[in-house]
Amino acid sequence: MTAAGTELTLRHPVERFTLDNGLRVVLAPDRSVPVVAVSVFYDVGMRNEPEGRTGFAHLFEHMMFQGSANVPKMEHARLVQAAGGTFNGSTHQDYTNYFEALPAEALERALFLEADRMAAPAITEENLRNQIDVVKEEIRVNVLNRPYGAFPWLQLPQIAFESFANTHDGYGSFVDLESSTVDDATDFFSRYYAPGNAVLCIGGDLDVTETERLVQRWFGPVAARPVPPLPPTGEPAPTSARTAVVEDALAPAPALAIGWRVPDPVGNFDSYLGTVLLAEVLSEGDASRLERRLVHGDRIAIAQSSYVGLFGDPFDVRDATLLTTQVHHPAAVPAERVQAAVHEEVRRIAEDGVPADELQRVQARTEAQLLRQADSVLGRTLGFAAAELVHGRAELAGELAARLAAVTPDQVQAAARGLDPGTAAVLELRATGGRR
Amino acid sequence: MSLDLSLIPPLGEPRPQPVPTAVESTLPNGLRLVVVPRPGVPLIELRLRVPFAATTAADAGLHTARGSVLSGAVLLGTAAHDQTGIAQLLQGHGAELSVGSDPDRLLFATTLLPGGLAPVLGILAELLTSATYPDDEVEGERDRVAERIGIALSQPGVIARGALAARRYGDHPYAITLPDPALVSAVDGDALRELHRQRLLPAGSALVLVGDIEPAAAADAVAAALGEWAGTGHAVEAPPAPDLLGAGIELVDRPGAVQSNIRLGGPAPGRTDPDLPAVRLANMIYGGYFSSRLVENIRERRGYTYSPRSSVDHQAAGSSFLVEADVATEVTAPALLETWYELGRMALLPVTEAELDGARRYILGSMALSTATHAGLASTVSALVGAGLPPGWLAEHQQALAEVTVEQVQEASHRYLSSTALTAIVVGDAERVAGALGALAPVSVRASTPA
Repeated sequence: MTAAGTELTLRHPVERFTLDNGLRVVLAPDRSVPVVAVSVFYDVGMRNEPEGRTGFAHLFEHMMFQGSANVPKMEHARLVQAAGGTFNGSTHQDYTNYFEALPAEALERALFLEADRMAAPAITEENLRNQIDVVKEEIRVNVLNRPYGAFPWLQLPQIAFESFANTHDGYGSFVDLESSTVDDATDFFSRYYAPGNAVLCIGGDLDVTETERLVQRWFGPVAARPVPPLPPTGEPAPTSARTAVVEDALAPAPALAIGWRVPDPVGNFDSYLGTVLLAEVLSEGDASRLERRLVHGDRIAIAQSSYVGLFGDPFDVRDATLLTTQVHHPAAVPAERVQAAVHEEVRRIAEDGVPADELQRVQARTEAQLLRQADSVLGRTLGFAAAELVHGRAELAGELAARLAAVTPDQVQAAARGLDPGTAAVLELRATGGRR
Repeated sequence: MSLDLSLIPPLGEPRPQPVPTAVESTLPNGLRLVVVPRPGVPLIELRLRVPFAATTAADAGLHTARGSVLSGAVLLGTAAHDQTGIAQLLQGHGAELSVGSDPDRLLFATTLLPGGLAPVLGILAELLTSATYPDDEVEGERDRVAERIGIALSQPGVIARGALAARRYGDHPYAITLPDPALVSAVDGDALRELHRQRLLPAGSALVLVGDIEPAAAADAVAAALGEWAGTGHAVEAPPAPDLLGAGIELVDRPGAVQSNIRLGGPAPGRTDPDLPAVRLANMIYGGYFSSRLVENIRERRGYTYSPRSSVDHQAAGSSFLVEADVATEVTAPALLETWYELGRMALLPVTEAELDGARRYILGSMALSTATHAGLASTVSALVGAGLPPGWLAEHQQALAEVTVEQVQEASHRYLSSTALTAIVVGDAERVAGALGALAPVSVRASTPA
């Protein structure tokens, strides 16, 4: 364990308890700045939505900001922001979270707001129609009206996986969104937003005893409901290569994405950590293997990146997930050439391993990035909450720097051996329009 | 539904914000140094800001093109290390240097592990004093930059930003938001070596270090590493920016677009203008945060858009009030109508005390949040020092915000938030939106900017 890892672990002790209604509570006090972060993570994400209701987890996230039993529409935002705080929510593959960062004196107000919508969000026809329109504009901004909007996060899973849970469009089709009803929303809330299906994590400037009392006061009265079984999202590892070509009429230059199935992020955590560092060795910074080879050496790429997890956070997902390498390249360079160079660089690591000094540099950089994220009360709190929900141990978030620092060259080499061209999913984006 | 608002817990007593102490000094070569020790994670954040404005308007196109290549190419090699060697040395200390350029400055930025301060400063000094700009690697870099600009120009938000800047600033350098790819493709190593020699100068530049750091030791390390950095020229600031008020709506045609990008922009008070606090508050109430009139109207009531927003933006030679909304094509004109309507309400009628109080608390709270990390504080201090303001300016500004009245907000809104004070751009499918927009104001249609 490095010095920094030790300090991070020690400075943020984690307290936890469970309410009678099943709500799991994690407190991570740190009184160095008068800021507190409150987050609620519900154990339902894009992978859990039923067929015919693509995009529903995200649409429902919007509904949670429409007011609740004791909070009129727009007032959730006003009560947080007029206290000097910020708020947001986000829908992930395996969970949906809601969070606020506020001056410490606004803690109880945030607890009230989260408890009020955990008990009874304002699911009305008017609010639902309004938010369907808003979500459609969100999809137009982020996907339909821009080049590379669906690349590769909505397109690659379609060939990388088999099951509906893993292949469908988590932003949702307009047909599914528009046909959503208040009953759908009420049922979804009833099934997935039970207190026993959630983690409440509070970090920053708080007194543990007083905060426990406030949590009991506001969340204790929320009625218990049955907790749905955790749906399996894992699927057998692929045994063959799969390819697809998509056309992007807005894009001015082609792009390529290669996705490989990686070890189970929870069940096979040690192997998974090797994969996480492999992605860094491949793509992080000017010293990385693919930056040197594709961008500066062969000059066949404009930009490259590799990451684990569909949204780039390796620690917010359960099985099944990918290591994705994404390359934007000039039109004059054939995709096959880029693909061959990526596979060759992965094979070099699989065959020759990674020198210890190279891995140490990568580990130092990774450690600095983790520390930077942990410097923000909100960033730290979200990390603890995700670790509690996905791994059952909030403490893991504080130990990550040390765990990654302990990864050996052998683990990274083993991870590279898992990136077999024979089982990769390759997505080629062709630029069919756009301006140069 | 009957609501019992008395349930809502009141706010407790505010706890004092820790006030970090900035230790300032100036090296004999003119480089300013600001060190801010701060508890928190064992990291240091580094920001080096170098003035980098175009010398003249005529020179701006070429300067911007060269600057866009220089910011990547400065990392391609020094007298002592090649590109990989530089990257590896930094990486071993948890660092990765990013170099960015805008119309006012170059910014070198990184995070680093505390033990790496001296070696990272050493690499920084090497880059500043002996970057080589190897000809062959520069060619590779400029070709990539030209490709990236092509990709950027396919983004509707980038097209809209460029169109608004061109309309507001005419032939001032601020009119150029992205360099011309043809000029980029002509950049070579000689041009960059010359530009570096003329413009990367210690006098006028400012280095900010924040985090797990001891000021005296840090000052020694900086003096040891950067004391030899020399240069004979002087820093260049942008000439005063005109703000041309464009009449009617300029419609940039983007055939087939499923959304329209509405952009409004006009002048705003600068950082030292006594009107600034009132305008910042007016901006918040209008569209500066979720709890604003614009969001309530065109998002939460009408569902026209996902993230409408307004902002106050500062550049060295001129500040701006900006409004942005990306809206469904079929509601483009109604969305602009509502956007203007809300501006009219701001300009003509007083805001409520509750609106003013909420906006004030939000600005103060979010300033506290954004400076509660090493990285946030470093970026804030770097921007202030770059604008010629002391780090203590933040506290004065907070005090000024606390004293703004409803009347002052209305006066400021009348002057700065009137729709007649703002230049309007829409990027969208002209065939589908021009007719309806014409009912609101004269529309001039033009093709998307040629790349």
